[in-house]
Amino acid sequence: MKKDIILAGVGGQGILSIATVIGSAALEQGLYLKQAEVHGMSQRGGDVQSNLRLSSAPIYSDLIPRGGADLIVSLEPMEALRYVPYLAPDGWIITNTTPLVNIPDYPEMDKVMDALNAFPQVLALDVDSIAKDLGSPRGANMVLLGAMSAVLHILEPEKLREGIRRIFARKGDAVVESNIKAFDAGLAHFQNR
Amino acid sequence: MSQKNLLLGDEALALGALHAGLSGVYAYPGTPSTEITEFIQVHPLTAGRKVHCDWSSNEKTAMEAALGMSYAGKRALVCFKHVGLNVCADPFMGSAMTGANGGLVIASCDDPSMHSSQNEQDSRFYGAFAMMPVFEPSNQQETYQMTRAAFDYSEKRGIPVLMRLTTRMAHSRAVVENGEDIREQNTLHYPEKPRQWVTLPVNARVRNRELIKDYAGFEEDAVSSPFNSLTEGKDNSLGIIACGIAYNYLMENFPDGCPYPVLKVSQYPFPRELARQLAARTRRILVMEEGQPLVEERLAGVYPTGIQICGRLDGTLPRDGELNPDAVRKALGLPALPQYPSSEVIAPRPPALCQGCGHRDFYTALNNVLKDYAGARVFGDIGCYTLGWMPPFNSLDTCVEMGASLTMAQGAAYSGTWPAVAVIGDSTFTHSGMTGLLDAVNGKADVTLCISDNLTTGMTGGQDSAGTGRIEAICEGLGVEKEHIRTIVPLPKNYPDMEKVIREELEYHGVSVIVCRRECIQTLRRHAAKK
Repeated sequence: MKKDIILAGVGGQGILSIATVIGSAALEQGLYLKQAEVHGMSQRGGDVQSNLRLSSAPIYSDLIPRGGADLIVSLEPMEALRYVPYLAPDGWIITNTTPLVNIPDYPEMDKVMDALNAFPQVLALDVDSIAKDLGSPRGANMVLLGAMSAVLHILEPEKLREGIRRIFARKGDAVVESNIKAFDAGLAHFQNR
Repeated sequence: MSQKNLLLGDEALALGALHAGLSGVYAYPGTPSTEITEFIQVHPLTAGRKVHCDWSSNEKTAMEAALGMSYAGKRALVCFKHVGLNVCADPFMGSAMTGANGGLVIASCDDPSMHSSQNEQDSRFYGAFAMMPVFEPSNQQETYQMTRAAFDYSEKRGIPVLMRLTTRMAHSRAVVENGEDIREQNTLHYPEKPRQWVTLPVNARVRNRELIKDYAGFEEDAVSSPFNSLTEGKDNSLGIIACGIAYNYLMENFPDGCPYPVLKVSQYPFPRELARQLAARTRRILVMEEGQPLVEERLAGVYPTGIQICGRLDGTLPRDGELNPDAVRKALGLPALPQYPSSEVIAPRPPALCQGCGHRDFYTALNNVLKDYAGARVFGDIGCYTLGWMPPFNSLDTCVEMGASLTMAQGAAYSGTWPAVAVIGDSTFTHSGMTGLLDAVNGKADVTLCISDNLTTGMTGGQDSAGTGRIEAICEGLGVEKEHIRTIVPLPKNYPDMEKVIREELEYHGVSVIVCRRECIQTLRRHAAKK
């Protein structure tokens, strides 16, 4: 089995924390993994993405081919659209709906949402609000991770929860629990969609 | 103990070097190379073994210090981004002439597609130029192993080894299993052939002939290297030469095995004998290399007529930009996967200076003043503040390479440009700006140098900056008149004061320095979080 994921967002949003949890779970499960990151100039408020590939067999390319991604997971709705040429025809888009507007010509939100909803498999959720309602505004990334875990399959949700516990352990139990809660809220959101 | 870890290519190289018995890393930060040194700085072996790991002022001082460590018999690693190799080209070329005593590995990280760079130069050309072997790993695991092999090769052959990574290797993470053998550091011992370390013509002529002979030997080594291999294919209608990570993009397209014969190349000088063996099997050869067409150019005209060479030069692969699975797929004649068209709703989102960044306030004040000076030109430099060229600031007229701001301003000022303003960051100033300032003082140039000092090397993530706390003292030491070294704090409430200072120094017809100092907000947040 293999899963190719494009993680998208804006520099500074912290898409790599999602990758870190998945990476920890994948390593623990003995999966092969490749994760291409973006560092340097583009991190300064520009569009950023990470190609994350998981497989039970060795992986060659660090980059996902166009039409090859099983999932686009985005912390920002327009950024999800940026990578649709990479989405497989039956792939999923899991995206935050809260726009990050730091450019003068950001498109109208209706148009962004219409374009997203035109894809066959989309889950758009307001991870910022969900996290805020839980009292952990910094858990938005984990809400998104929870939502995507419903269609990830190669790693079961419980393995990702273990990943969260490992990654956040040094920050204390309270941080671990609030991130688990955020994760579960995202997962529930998918299941109740 | 053997362990599996998720490591960036940069980190795999760093770990390989530590396990090879490293005594020092010498580096200047630069994307995509920075994480090599950062990994070594925090690794437990580094403190335990007192491995040198402080940042150097620039790539030239780094290369020279590492060469000194090699002279003293210990193993040294030099790291920088590809254009850093230009900065240290002099000691780099010289190091092939001196040779290495303790293992010396030079890691140069190329940035094809220019994600965070000003050009696409391919470091492999420098290897051939200096007659130095080049190692180019194709995956993270190989990077770990090859780094050890590079140190071994350097000591066995008495030559520095250039290791070339590209962005996708440097900044991609994969599972890396490390070896169990962590080698001890070398003890102090000096070269057996001391004459070649003094490159007077009388010695250099002798050494040059020896190096030419050695270089032929390096190619023989590349032919038999375990990192280079020729594998047979069922279909000889095409032969493929895949260099470095191009091999991954090839194999990505053939999950069940490549049907064509493949020459995988990860060690140079290019093993021509293996290429001849490949050519004996096929009439058409596709050359896949990340970066510039070095191998392809060298093969043109080498084979007997009737063998076609394809690659970046004939358009089979794109002439520029990094390789990817799609470009390689097309070159192999395979159809594209079914895919959605690009969305029409998206807008570009270029990088920008952070909200609250001091460079922003500096540019705002500078722009306000320069509105009154129609002839003004602003010469920029390399760093976050280069983003001041973009809207809404549009403050810069040039940006070429590290340190060029002040020196270009001098040339323009001499030609009649007024006011000629240079903008440089603190780290870039100590990297390559200080000598230019000395020129300005000696030439009594009519220039205004603005040092936008954020107390760090910002663009690469906040590494120590060599001149922190001493910028004004350095300028004074170089001969700038004390009353024309002015310090301002870039904040909106200070705009009137800032503009007054800028205006006064523009009107002074000599060398002035305006130090515009406020901590980078990224490092400020990090420091606050630590407290």
